[in-house]
Amino acid sequence: MFRPRIIPVLLLRNQGLVKTVGFDKHRYIGDPINAVKIFNDLQVDELVFLDILASKERRCISPEFIRGIGDEANMPFAAGGGIRTVQQIEGIIKAGAEKVVINTAAYEEKGLVREASASFGSSTIVVSIDVKKKFLGKKQVYVKAGTNATGLDPVEFAKQMEQEGAGELFLTSIDHEGRMQGYDLDLIHAVSAAVTIPVVAHGGAATNQHFTDAVLKGHASAVAAGSRFVYHGPRNAVLINYPTTEEIQKLFPI
Amino acid sequence: MASGLIVVDYGMGNLRSVEKKLQRLGISAHISGDIELIEQAQKLILPGVGHFANGVRNLRERGLWDVIDNKVRNHKTPIMGICLGMQLMAKFSEEGNTEGFGWFDAEVKRFNVSDTLRFKVPHMGWNESIPVNKNLFTEGLTGQESYYFVHAYHLVCNNPGDVLGKTVYDYEFVSMMGRDHIFGVQFHPEKSHSAGDRLFQNFMDF
Repeated sequence: MFRPRIIPVLLLRNQGLVKTVGFDKHRYIGDPINAVKIFNDLQVDELVFLDILASKERRCISPEFIRGIGDEANMPFAAGGGIRTVQQIEGIIKAGAEKVVINTAAYEEKGLVREASASFGSSTIVVSIDVKKKFLGKKQVYVKAGTNATGLDPVEFAKQMEQEGAGELFLTSIDHEGRMQGYDLDLIHAVSAAVTIPVVAHGGAATNQHFTDAVLKGHASAVAAGSRFVYHGPRNAVLINYPTTEEIQKLFPI
Repeated sequence: MASGLIVVDYGMGNLRSVEKKLQRLGISAHISGDIELIEQAQKLILPGVGHFANGVRNLRERGLWDVIDNKVRNHKTPIMGICLGMQLMAKFSEEGNTEGFGWFDAEVKRFNVSDTLRFKVPHMGWNESIPVNKNLFTEGLTGQESYYFVHAYHLVCNNPGDVLGKTVYDYEFVSMMGRDHIFGVQFHPEKSHSAGDRLFQNFMDF
């Protein structure tokens, strides 16, 4: 039986893993390769690696880094950060990633998503959509690691990206990210209802109930989280963890 | 240098995952798109992710299409297809309206789901493949194994005897197919933790 994926999201900053709150307040978590080894043992469904400085520094996530991850990972993984060209995508896939995540360039580089999905297959191309609500304003799409507002409506942008050939949408609420209070279910539902491709919910998950809600109420195809998998206990001690097979079986009743 | 097992490199998708999985299982293999090496291979793995028509074009442009077809049809070289590599074994695909190798009386069709809110396409995630029709390639499988799937198109086999595994995503589709020395899986055994190991081992034992 099909089961929604549960995906740890690992944020890279200067070769180390960090965790953020609202895309800010970076806290060092540990070494990426070591994290992959632990996630192998925990048999996680999939991993997402995002280099959160790449776009601002006008470079692409390092293929050498991807190679190191690919050497260890027993599960599929996606990688993103500063990807702007088809050549960069080819390099990342050759280095061992199953999928690439495109954020800023999906908005800035006209035709990139279309060209990339034609070359590598749409299932390889994940478009990441970061959403934030301006004070007294509407929710809109942000790029460059959440620093630049585009004025675009998330649902309209999602539909456009589906038409361009994206195979999956990685939908993050910046307002909810790192706060561990649950997903933005309205946003997830609105986007998921508007497209026929999978939507990955991201931003705010802390409990197994949050995962269940994202799938049953938001119609997400997969759930992603950061804090949920790297923090443990009331003081948020760093401890990599993941639901057990028994827990996962109870998460998504039909 | 002649080698037993060649993983065919035709520029479609991530071959490194297959290479690493075989290494971990202690299976010696070469990744290559070299015509001579492929001609001499004792076994072939045909992986691949991407557009069906691009896969066909790449194999033809590199001069590999006829080489592989001849080996499989006339020399009975065992071959294992993964994802697009399996779909290429069919007669025809809707994806680009293109003809495949035609080793199986089968077509590749796009998922046509009844509920687009619950069943997104591509089918992306973990699912089972229930073995049917006893076969050496699927020996030892229980049907409880969870595999990683990522595909928008699936096989339709016209000969029920060729079906080795079925999966349900809104409706039932063929996720393992085989006959004689030819075998294919829709999912990614190389990226399914240890669930796919048995399939590679069975293929090597064949």
